Amino acid sequence: MVQIAVQVNGAGHANDVEPRLLLVQYLRETLGLTGTNIGCDTSSCGACTVLLDGQSVKSCTLLAAQADGTSITTIEGLADPDGTLHPVQEAFRENHALQCGYCTPGMVMAIVSLLDEEPELDEARVREGLEGNLCRCTGDHNIVKAVLAGAADRGTLVQS
Amino acid sequence: MIPAAFDYVRAGSAEEAVSLLIEHGDEAKLLAGGHSLLPLMKLRLATPSVLIDVGRVPDLSYIEERGDEIAIGSLVRHHELETSELLHAQVPLLAHTAHQVGDPQVRHRGTLGGTLAHGDPASDLPAAVLALGGTLVAQGPNGRRDIAATDFFEGFLETALAPDEMLVEIRVPKVPGAGWSFQKFNRRAQDWAIVGVAAVTNGTTGIALVNMGSTPLRATAVEAAVQSGASATDAAALAAEGTEPPTDLNASPEYRRHLATVLVRRALEEAGK
Repeated sequence: MVQIAVQVNGAGHANDVEPRLLLVQYLRETLGLTGTNIGCDTSSCGACTVLLDGQSVKSCTLLAAQADGTSITTIEGLADPDGTLHPVQEAFRENHALQCGYCTPGMVMAIVSLLDEEPELDEARVREGLEGNLCRCTGDHNIVKAVLAGAADRGTLVQS
Repeated sequence: MIPAAFDYVRAGSAEEAVSLLIEHGDEAKLLAGGHSLLPLMKLRLATPSVLIDVGRVPDLSYIEERGDEIAIGSLVRHHELETSELLHAQVPLLAHTAHQVGDPQVRHRGTLGGTLAHGDPASDLPAAVLALGGTLVAQGPNGRRDIAATDFFEGFLETALAPDEMLVEIRVPKVPGAGWSFQKFNRRAQDWAIVGVAAVTNGTTGIALVNMGSTPLRATAVEAAVQSGASATDAAALAAEGTEPPTDLNASPEYRRHLATVLVRRALEEAGK
């Protein structure tokens, strides 16, 4: 077993984990945070995207042991404790950026990371920035609209 | 998909990683970003009994000028390559190629040393380092040694690294004014290249091919033709010479040979050979 100590959504957790335990299993099964979905399980679809020290990563392709000492944010950690949605979540709601919803938690986390990294975004960069997240409903159009709306709110949208 | 059980140890330094490699022998694999190794382990195509995590080794995450070269620590992640102002100014081919790898999440984790040591012929960055004529630095029990990129890739997922060596540094020549191109043909944005081409023109022309054989390859016939004055089209016609392209769901060897000639021509034209 490997001892790990992580911050997840601001709360500290210390656990002994099996070396082969994947981060996504740790989040879902050990901590009970089932908002992070397992989709393809092959680091393609992005459904399992979480933030590791602020950067988007695919939690199906990380060992929990590798996350020792890091700060992790999952979809459960985005909204304010009083229920106020994160701006990206709000933009998803306003732009109807989900159909079945399975890819949504991963999409939202990838977008939070993208908006944080990219000071200026246009539609092409948004589409490229979401290449690691697949929506099998093919609902990408409204997802892109939501990101652009989020960028417009932040004043970082570049008109192309 | 769950990997087969293994023991997990962390190395605090490259020296410690080498000691652990000696201790555990063939059963051990080094783990950096894990974006080549863990997918193989989840499919049980790789079943190392010990993983030596070098992801936290300090002092291997630098990108710095060293004389006529840029030196890059082996743990530098693709995202750091694609956003490095120094690389964009001095070796734009490498920064641009890093941006073509996988997707943002993959680039946040994958490391330059990891992708080179994995030696996958379908990977983008090995071809860029090969075209640039880079140098790879291996650390072993007797210290460090330099390996030319052209001598590094020995077979499918096989490199010149000895079982008790760790790749610690990659050096590439500064080529600030050089022409360059990276051509990648795939079906979906995040996919591996069906065929890719890295080219750099700096007095001489270096061309390397992605996914045209069991290793990343230099297109030596094309390089020689360019050197002797052939046009881009005539030189590119030799792109498949000496290659043994694989067959898979995406393409037959014949398709890849054709694609290589098209992409090499485009690369030569873009690099202004």
